[in-house]
Amino acid sequence: MKSITFTLNGRERSFDIEPDERFLDLLRRSGLTGTKCGCDNGMCGSCTVIVDGRAVNSCILFAFQVAGRIVETIEGIGDFDRPHPLQTAMADAGAVQCGYCTPGMVMAAKALLDQKPDAGEEDFRRHLDGNLCRCTGYVKIRDALLSCSAGARAES
Amino acid sequence: MKKRNFKVVNKPLRKIDAMTLALGKPSYVGDLKPRDALIIKMLTSPHAHARITSIDISEAEQMPGVHAVLYYGNVPRIVHTTAGQGYPEPSPYDTFMFDSKMRFVGDRVAAVAAETEKIAEAALKAIKVEYEVLPAVLHIEDAMKEGAPVIHDEPEARAVIPVPYDKDRNMAAKVDMDIGEFEKGMAEADATVDHRFYNHYGQHCPVEPHVSMAWVDREDRIIITTSTQVPFHCRRIVAQTLGIPVRRVRVIKPRIGGGFGAKQEIVLEDVVAMMALRTRKPVYWEYTRKEEFISARTRHPMLMRIRIGAKRDGTITALGLDCLSNTGWNGSQGLTVVCNCGSKVLPLYRCEHIHFNGTVVYTNLPAGGAYRGYGATQAAFALECAMDEVAEKIGMDPLEFRAMNHIKSGDTSPIFRALGEGREGVDQAITSCELARCIKAGAREIGWRKRKPHSDKKGRFRRGLGMACLMQGSAIPEIDMGAATLKMNEDGSFNLLLGATDLGTGSDTVLAQIAAETLGTDLEQIIVYSSDTDMTPFDVGAYASSTTYLSGQAVQNVAEKVRKQILKVGAEMLDRKPSEVTVQDSKVVEKNGEGQVSFSEIALYSMYNTNQFQIGDISSKIVHHSPPPFAAHFAEVEVDTLTGRVQLIKYVAAADCGTPIHPKLAEGQVEGAVMNGITYAMTEQYLFNDKGRMTNPGFGEYKLFTLRDLPEMKTILVPSYEKTGPYGAKSIAEIGINGPMPAIGNAIYNACGVRLRSGPFTAEKVWQGLNGNLPEVKSE
Ligand code: FES
Ligand code: FES
Repeated sequence: MKSITFTLNGRERSFDIEPDERFLDLLRRSGLTGTKCGCDNGMCGSCTVIVDGRAVNSCILFAFQVAGRIVETIEGIGDFDRPHPLQTAMADAGAVQCGYCTPGMVMAAKALLDQKPDAGEEDFRRHLDGNLCRCTGYVKIRDALLSCSAGARAES
Repeated sequence: MKKRNFKVVNKPLRKIDAMTLALGKPSYVGDLKPRDALIIKMLTSPHAHARITSIDISEAEQMPGVHAVLYYGNVPRIVHTTAGQGYPEPSPYDTFMFDSKMRFVGDRVAAVAAETEKIAEAALKAIKVEYEVLPAVLHIEDAMKEGAPVIHDEPEARAVIPVPYDKDRNMAAKVDMDIGEFEKGMAEADATVDHRFYNHYGQHCPVEPHVSMAWVDREDRIIITTSTQVPFHCRRIVAQTLGIPVRRVRVIKPRIGGGFGAKQEIVLEDVVAMMALRTRKPVYWEYTRKEEFISARTRHPMLMRIRIGAKRDGTITALGLDCLSNTGWNGSQGLTVVCNCGSKVLPLYRCEHIHFNGTVVYTNLPAGGAYRGYGATQAAFALECAMDEVAEKIGMDPLEFRAMNHIKSGDTSPIFRALGEGREGVDQAITSCELARCIKAGAREIGWRKRKPHSDKKGRFRRGLGMACLMQGSAIPEIDMGAATLKMNEDGSFNLLLGATDLGTGSDTVLAQIAAETLGTDLEQIIVYSSDTDMTPFDVGAYASSTTYLSGQAVQNVAEKVRKQILKVGAEMLDRKPSEVTVQDSKVVEKNGEGQVSFSEIALYSMYNTNQFQIGDISSKIVHHSPPPFAAHFAEVEVDTLTGRVQLIKYVAAADCGTPIHPKLAEGQVEGAVMNGITYAMTEQYLFNDKGRMTNPGFGEYKLFTLRDLPEMKTILVPSYEKTGPYGAKSIAEIGINGPMPAIGNAIYNACGVRLRSGPFTAEKVWQGLNGNLPEVKSE
């Protein structure tokens, strides 16, 4: 057991971890189950979280690697009374079918929009290349994400 | 079509669980896992066909942190099917919780429940097994050859309904249907085609793999929380497999992360239940992605022979389809899937002389199961490609050829009676069919008029257009049953308890819309609780495109009954006769007059005031029709004739699902199904080594499309009104997956003259075709 400290959803937190513990498992055993597991080896994106502003697959990250960093998870970006615009857009566009991929999609898109608020379709296509959805065919996900870009808002 | 004034139905309201899921609230089985749950891991067979000659679990059992080890020597041996179907199941009983015979690479050897995953993994390594390796059946065509190894040589294996079953020849099921005189029809034709097609292995790939947990409660009952499409069948089959009464089992389905048929199957639940009983602790089992690929279910691969005869004027004189289906190591859904190859596809075109045969064989490969499309996907590929081939031979535009021959409103087909699901079917006339309008709308969108034959095309990059017409069904008539309970609360809200199973499709929302529309209230007033065998009434579950059509009618019925009760109480409060009042915007109002009482006042009155009773009811429904949804799909591709690479440029799906209860969700069903079909056509494939081991069980090597690969996609909902359905609705969930294989296959042919009769449509195959050395059609 060793202890690490990092900023989780805006608060500094310390956790005891196993040396080979994956960050995804640490999150989920700590009650943050919004981050999902779909493949366990970095190929589906359902475990996407934001570390120091970058979208990463938490299933291929060791917990010790986040020591001292700033981490955002799906639970930290919105709630029923104040959902993140991406969460509202996904819900309203019909982009949430089974919803299992949704937190990962939202986090990947948020990382992009934080960097590039006017991201266009090509940016989303490239940036979300690691996120699988088997339910929606991506059409409504794309529509939802684009509606949150400053570019799209300026046009409409 | 008459314009109808709906208030809740046919509106794109927010799906009721969408925000909960987008916020990441704990919703799925894995999110609800108790902290102290034991972790289950499974040791699986490295051989495709073998017998365990010795097994020693003692070292594993004694490891600290290990609570139980299960294997064939210490569990009940009860033969059953893993198929989540109605009782008695059309699938043969050929599976045991554990067996000493291994029938595929990935078969269960022994399960461990331990305090951590690491301990469980270590315990698996400590189990000592010796095998006698047997010759294996690794190709569909070898299964019934003289002298082939017998896969199910155990005495218990049998069919439980009267259908052909011959395990000594590895035959899991067989079905025949002949209408008219097929050979005569072929002889009358001016042109005929006779070709082999192969539908390759493919998998559902729900992003959430199979996952289940269980514990034993203080009354000694087993509570199973599981990612399933069939909670009630799951309860029945788990009880059967453990040899305990159904009353000792409760199955709860929370939100589930996609199913597509994969979860219409008892894959994990028997073991979690047995482990919970053995250890008296909560236990949890989740498949890894690799296990999901190998040991869960697949689409039944099929080798097909299609024969069509047509006259020069476009009349189809004969239609013949022979399907050899590979059900893998067990016979789950084998018979019914192959029945659907005939019943959900062949009625599409009018023809007097029809031949159909389906033969289902066991092999030592992964098992087939239910998969969206359910046989229609396989048959549509063969039929719709062959339709193009005949059209070309008689010199007709394939669109005109289809438009002339397809089934229309008022028509029937002898196939509806001849072929059901494992038994005779049910006669029906088509009462709603807007396929003609689907064809027109789709053709306009893709630009069909500019289509030229491939012989006119030059240059390295060549574009082509292809199409396909499709039908499916809506529920299994006179077999499937759905039920709903509705009760009123004092604020005028309602609890809607559904046996129906929302697997991400949005059926909870759709069914709540139907309730709200019928009651005259808003969607927010309906609190849905679904799929808990202790709490909700029965429903067969989410399959056969049944939920909106069948469970929707159960909901409409119960809501009508409750509405009557509300009117009665409202009338009593207003001192009127029930016929003098009506419901409107969550109130009962006088038809001629000012008087009104709100639903809340009515509920309070009925609970606390006079003549008290619980406003509420239960209703169940079976259906006598299975009205098909229809669709016309169009694809545009670009073929690089230098490399053979195919790029999908645009895909158009025009579908008639009756009234779309929730248009956005209906579009979502089409888009999701189409994309699944597209990746199956373009990239998905199982690779096996010569020992029957799948060599690419991961998303790295089994490629699914992402947002980056999304082509231009257009969905067109062409409404019709199905008068037997709830508010005019038919189904929509499955049909879309059947189109991409034939539509893209036809487009490739139109681009470059290469006819691919097996998928996926890789650059290699197209290139071989362009160079005149396309290998013959065969299985993996
Ligand atoms: S679970 Fe991390 S990428 Fe799939
Ligand atoms: S909504 Fe189910 S995987 Fe995306």
